[in-house]
Amino acid sequence: MSSEGLQRGYAILREQIDAPIASYFTSCVNCGMCAEACLFFTETGDPRYTPIHKVEPLKKVWRHEYTFWGRLSKALGLSKPLTDEELADWSPLVYDGCSMCGRCSVVCPVGNDITYMIRKVREGLAAAGHAPGGLVTATRRAITVGSPMGVKLPALQAQIRHVEQDTGLSVPVDVEDADYMLLLSSMEIMNFPEFIAAVTRIFDKAEVSWTISSEAFEATNSGIQIGVSDLAAELVQRVVTAAEKLKVKYVISPECGHAYIAIRWEGPNLIGRPYGFRVLHILELLDELRKQGRLKLQGKETDRLTYHDPCQIGRRGGIFDQPRNLLRAISDDLVELPGGGMMNWCCGAGGGISSNERADEIRLRAFNRKKSQLDQVQVDGLVSACSNCRIHIEEGLEHNHIDLPVLSLTELIEKHLPD
Amino acid sequence: MSESEFLLLVRGPLFTLATVILVGGMLVRIAEILFMGRRKSLAEARGSEASGGFRVMLSRSVPDAGTFQRSGFTIISGYVFHIGLFVVIFLFVPHILVFERAIGLSWPGLPSNIIDATTVITLIAMLTLLIHRIVDPVRRMLSGFQDYWVWLVTALPLITGYLAFHRVGVSAGWMLGVHILSVELLMITFPFTSLSHAFTLWMSRWYNGAVSGYRGIR
Amino acid sequence: MKPGLTVGETLRAHGVTRRGFLKYCAAVTSLMALPPSSLKAVAAALEAARRPSVIWLSFQECTGCTESLTRSADASIEELIFNAISLDYHHTLQAASGAAAEAAREQAMHDNYGNYLLVVDGSIPMADAGYSTIAGISNRDMLLETAAGAAAIVSVGTCAAFGGIPAARPNPTGAVPVSELITDKPIINVPGCPPIPVVITGVLVQYLTFGLPDLDAQGRPLAFYGQSIHDRCYRRPFYDKGLFADSFDDEGAKKGWCLYKLGCRGPTTYNACATAKWNNGTSFPIESGHPCLGCSEPDFWDAGSFYHALSTPTEAIGEAAVYAAGGGLLVGAAVGAAHQRRKRKAVDSHRKVSLDDIDEGAAK
Repeated sequence: MSSEGLQRGYAILREQIDAPIASYFTSCVNCGMCAEACLFFTETGDPRYTPIHKVEPLKKVWRHEYTFWGRLSKALGLSKPLTDEELADWSPLVYDGCSMCGRCSVVCPVGNDITYMIRKVREGLAAAGHAPGGLVTATRRAITVGSPMGVKLPALQAQIRHVEQDTGLSVPVDVEDADYMLLLSSMEIMNFPEFIAAVTRIFDKAEVSWTISSEAFEATNSGIQIGVSDLAAELVQRVVTAAEKLKVKYVISPECGHAYIAIRWEGPNLIGRPYGFRVLHILELLDELRKQGRLKLQGKETDRLTYHDPCQIGRRGGIFDQPRNLLRAISDDLVELPGGGMMNWCCGAGGGISSNERADEIRLRAFNRKKSQLDQVQVDGLVSACSNCRIHIEEGLEHNHIDLPVLSLTELIEKHLPD
Repeated sequence: MSESEFLLLVRGPLFTLATVILVGGMLVRIAEILFMGRRKSLAEARGSEASGGFRVMLSRSVPDAGTFQRSGFTIISGYVFHIGLFVVIFLFVPHILVFERAIGLSWPGLPSNIIDATTVITLIAMLTLLIHRIVDPVRRMLSGFQDYWVWLVTALPLITGYLAFHRVGVSAGWMLGVHILSVELLMITFPFTSLSHAFTLWMSRWYNGAVSGYRGIR
Repeated sequence: MKPGLTVGETLRAHGVTRRGFLKYCAAVTSLMALPPSSLKAVAAALEAARRPSVIWLSFQECTGCTESLTRSADASIEELIFNAISLDYHHTLQAASGAAAEAAREQAMHDNYGNYLLVVDGSIPMADAGYSTIAGISNRDMLLETAAGAAAIVSVGTCAAFGGIPAARPNPTGAVPVSELITDKPIINVPGCPPIPVVITGVLVQYLTFGLPDLDAQGRPLAFYGQSIHDRCYRRPFYDKGLFADSFDDEGAKKGWCLYKLGCRGPTTYNACATAKWNNGTSFPIESGHPCLGCSEPDFWDAGSFYHALSTPTEAIGEAAVYAAGGGLLVGAAVGAAHQRRKRKAVDSHRKVSLDDIDEGAAK
């Protein structure tokens, strides 16, 4: 092994292999169906974006470290060891050409969860210093400043003041024993502050006891996106510490895809213990309030709408019904995207791609997949529940000269609150 | 070596050896997987791993409409080949007798001419899959020696079985012996190649489904 | 038996009409799968054939081949053909015995040196000459001596052709076929346990008519051994339909279904049983409800159970699989534990990844 980076990366990759991964590599028959399920392949035709190919470095480590014949051939000097060059070559495949959307994992006929393996291979690449610069910067900011976009408390406080002015309501901060602690993604705070206003009004109308923590308000977990569990754990721990300090019952994950996965499903495993609270996605809470009759809505949308399931909330998170229940409460003209729901196509910007300038070109190319989906329906508005999806879809639509409003579900719900 | 010596060799010690390598080798491979372990998730469960595991073990055999549109050839050809292989191996009476000898269980077979036609259809499907593997850029990039070797050792029993059944070429005894030898080659190839998927895909589907079951994803 | 008379003359002397003679020639012509136009050539050749001297040596045999031939029901024509050769030495059939018999053999050899036909039945013991001797002469010596002046050798029966039952495992007598000892003379193998009578005489007719017949890779005349029982079996439609008898005398057996499951060797056995049949075309084993034993094939006695289908392995693979499973689990556990240890070491030596570590890429 030549460089220190390669040594670090290899050591980290060695820790990642478990029984599922061993089973996945053993079962793969190179059928290529995963490629046809991946929007980065379908929109570029480049076979290197084949999902199972993207995790080739992980496969090498598995074979050389944890199979009898692999270990034997390595000991006899018959195998080609993993090189730093390979890790460098794989970086654009793993970080630029993959959003961890999960389609490959549900399409693979032998049942391989390739997305799981992408998550693991990123650990090695990142430790070896081969994560893209944009993601590294975002992670550095997240760790040192508290937000990948560099949003500090004063900026949030400024937005909160705006919200309080616009709504005439107060936004609770650091309230002990509140039921719900809301997290916010930097994207929402900076680009979609209307979301905060919407939530404030909804919670007020539904008489929800909630708060934001000044010590941990960031929902986005850059550690997950870059794939460094040590750093991801640090970010989760901040939320956990704050939530347990405020003794809240629930932590709410906002309209952000990977944030939900990070706090809901990966978090306890990262910090090594269960939480002293439960985690809900904002959609889960809103639908629960609607079911309980606490969220009363009036009026119907006149536009024909469709819903884009964010990958981490729908396919990877299991939240399909709640957004549809909520939308049906405020719209009689709702159509499904062709191939939507569980098999919905990724917008193209998840998993850290939007923080990665190196991926700008391919991100916009990948958007063509979403565009094809939209081309098949005539709608007046596209609703979603992830601000990262929203901003990227907006950019993609603009790039393609398509005039179609992209709406936040929460904000749309807020518009139908009774006065 | 005479024809009867050859037949005795392939029906006798070689078959035993192939059986030992297949069974022993597969168990070693599976143990290698299982012993890697799996961390239990500490996140609050929304469903059970078992419900997802069992579900995906079956549901993954049924592709959704969109996937079928994009990967239609792979799916159809793949199914024709797999089902054809299953029919030929498990529903031809002379083969059922082998299983009866090994595990003591027997079941009814299909008429031999149906098996014969199925063999041809299966070989055609395999041929199309091979061409696809060579011609399609994704498959070509993914495939290595192992993939072509596996294709060959799967096709040989079909081809030699067909020839033995139809008594084409060399004498029937030699053809039967060559056919049995080709089956032994397939058996010993199993634990060392992606052919293991016949057994491990159930594990992969389970692991995959366990995660989605745990997360309550339907 | 007077040498000098042709076959035709001999037959007429025994009262066989021209018609009867031609009928026999026609039967043998079609048996050899020759076109009808060959009948004239067969008849002419047989008519004019000089009765060759035939020396029949019997070694480690059961005499079944001779019995089969001489016990044919409608044996008259065959017997006469038999008489139409000059059978100068045959243990069972000759009148002479003792020194006189051996003298007859030596005389025939001397008189017809280079031209006589040597017919052998039975295998030759090589482990110890004492296992089978004739007049104190070992089978091996007698064979070598007699073969030296033969024009050709016909190995009648599976014992002479391939070793037969005496050669079955563990082959205590070291029995070998004729072809293993004689390599410089043409040998026609006429295997079967016993061979079909009309096949034996048919081979002789072929030899008399056309000289050495076309042989397959096992030295057997293609005319009689060119097709397998399976390819000519009247029960073949049932094999193709997948209808098999499961046990003797069950419903399927009573309906005359295929006997593959009962161990029939038909698919790998080459002989004329399914066409010429036995007892002048009366029946053959499969027709009588018993699977073919494959008796005209080498090592048929050692080729696994007669009652296990051809496709099945001969050894106890179920047992082998169980042992393999046990072994596999043990080896797998050992190998798996080694991997597990390595993984634990990797995890235990985890070095926290820092912001500086991930930065190397950003610097590039």
